[in-house]
Amino acid sequence: MAHIQLKNISKTFGNHTALTGLNLDIADGEFFVLLGETGAGKTTTLRMIAGLEKPDEGQIFIDGADVADWGAAERDVALVLQQYSLYPRYTVRENLEFPLKPKIRRIEPDEIKTRVDRVARTLRIEHLLDRKTDRLSGGEMQRVSIGRAIVRKPRVFLMDEPLSALDAKLREALRTELKNIQMNLGQTFLFVTHDQIEAMSMGDKVGVLNHGRIVQTGTPYEIYNNPRDTYVASFVGSPPMNLIDGKLVNGRAVMAPLNFELPFAGGAKTSAATDGRPLVFGIRPEDVYLESGAPVEARVHDVENHGVEKILTLRVGDAMLRATVPARTDVEIEQPVRFAWDPDKVVLFDKGSGISLRHAG
Amino acid sequence: MAAVTTSAERSLNKLAIVGVLIVTMIFLAPIYWIASTAFKPRNLATTIPPTVVFQPEISPFVKLFTKRSQLRTAPTPEQYAAAPWWERLVFDGGEKVVRSGRGEVQWSGYPSRFMNSLIVAITSTILAVGMGTFTAYGFSRFKIKGEQDLLFFILSTRMLPPVVVAIPMFLMYRAVGLNDTHWGLIILYTAFNLSFSVWLMKGFMDEIPKEYEEAALVDGYTRMEAFFKIVLPEAATGIAATAVFCFITAWNEYAFALIMTNRRAQTAPPFIPSQVGSGLPDWTVIAAGTFLFLLPVAIFTFLLRNHLLRGMSFGAIRK
Repeated sequence: MAHIQLKNISKTFGNHTALTGLNLDIADGEFFVLLGETGAGKTTTLRMIAGLEKPDEGQIFIDGADVADWGAAERDVALVLQQYSLYPRYTVRENLEFPLKPKIRRIEPDEIKTRVDRVARTLRIEHLLDRKTDRLSGGEMQRVSIGRAIVRKPRVFLMDEPLSALDAKLREALRTELKNIQMNLGQTFLFVTHDQIEAMSMGDKVGVLNHGRIVQTGTPYEIYNNPRDTYVASFVGSPPMNLIDGKLVNGRAVMAPLNFELPFAGGAKTSAATDGRPLVFGIRPEDVYLESGAPVEARVHDVENHGVEKILTLRVGDAMLRATVPARTDVEIEQPVRFAWDPDKVVLFDKGSGISLRHAG
Repeated sequence: MAAVTTSAERSLNKLAIVGVLIVTMIFLAPIYWIASTAFKPRNLATTIPPTVVFQPEISPFVKLFTKRSQLRTAPTPEQYAAAPWWERLVFDGGEKVVRSGRGEVQWSGYPSRFMNSLIVAITSTILAVGMGTFTAYGFSRFKIKGEQDLLFFILSTRMLPPVVVAIPMFLMYRAVGLNDTHWGLIILYTAFNLSFSVWLMKGFMDEIPKEYEEAALVDGYTRMEAFFKIVLPEAATGIAATAVFCFITAWNEYAFALIMTNRRAQTAPPFIPSQVGSGLPDWTVIAAGTFLFLLPVAIFTFLLRNHLLRGMSFGAIRK
């Protein structure tokens, strides 16, 4: 169990700046997901906590202790990687025993056997124990990798995209399983992913990383409903939030390039300061609805049928807008429709900085 | 590839097999010549055209291992009857085995030269591959200032034909007392092979995912333990391939062995041809010596053949 703090961490590799002034606070027993695109600095952050990389600046604390001079072995963390964390020459059992056998641990052989068996039972890999790891399927391999981590009872679990190499069905199953394991162990998990669905479904807290900076930290609910800036808004959610340029004029949202207006009365707290100022209106596709008497006309550009719902791409002028509508909605491509939005759900961003007015205030 | 092989493809395949067979035969012909001469009676060794069918004999090997002198008179029947079977073979060739005053058989120089070859080749291979593996690991895993320049420097030691430095080396060796010693040759061959070993091993090390060791480091192992437990077994193929190449180089080296050694530490390559000059050349004995000399490399290569194949195709297959 551990509380992890990163203070003002910076790291560069040659000319490439991986992290700048990164601050992170992961509470004890929390399932923290670090979400970001490839190259955002997620893995670097993880490796620094593991002790495989040293920060150029800043400090890392595990349970309040500065771990700058601690090697990877002393930090007592477990690392699960996307691949290559199993040794192909070893059987599953030998792989699971491996973390228990370093000299610094001195664990009795009986104890090792008990622990390996218990972990195998938890992960339902008992029947694989004597198999060589290169003869496992992707899902089985990742199960064993997770087993290698939990067999040791480390203070922190670090997971670097452990599910990314798996196919969709398996990923879903392991997601649930991993979350269950974390709840049963009550341990601190730091999970790195570029998949926002993983982040939203697993994380107690999510940290969104962009270009080596933490853009926003919060619960999945906060991240989804109250994104700090347009980057988070467009990165989290599938399909992403609609972002439309415009301004507020007398309580109505006037979309600048498109010349359409939507009512905004009673929407997000508006003040005189916002009136007339260039803004970006953010609206989730599920908060856009079709209605015969609605104020704006659009044409259906594309229809994606997802079973429970349909995702429509609406075209207004030459701008595109996504709307999630019930599956029973009967529309055809190029059909004219009228739409409106739920003003309460609109997030306003400053056009210049991209930062949400709610966060700026 | 198409699932159906056409008859044209099939006949092309057959043609390729025939081609490969012919090439293989061309390559094997000299080895067959050596091997067959090693088992021939002396009078058939140099016939023109070469004798292909003959009764194989073991006598060249007996002669190879013993010191012999020409018989002036034929052995008496008692002498002949008292001699063991192998000595009779020598008598049959018109020679006798030299014995000491107490009647002990005198060995030829060959066994000790052969041992010297083994000692020098094995030790220098172990040293070159061992040091090469560690160096390659360092280059592969750590950021080193001027890494490219250092690697180029290591490679550049191979850019000169080694014989160019033979005379200065000889003078230096004489000054420090290294000539005609095992260590002298071992140091020399290790130096020859080291750059090759570093470069080859670096390629193999680069192919081993560093995640393996990092997982071990995080699990509580030291860098050394991770190296021996994880990296070394993974690098076994590369080590085997490198070892074969280093062993062959050290085993076959002729020029320096000829210059730097004469008795105590002389290896087999300079010794075998030196036998041509003493008395009438007995080609069967020379062939027998050469044949035995070929065996260790053949065995070593055969044992490591799977690793070697991967080593040869190294770089051609990328994951």
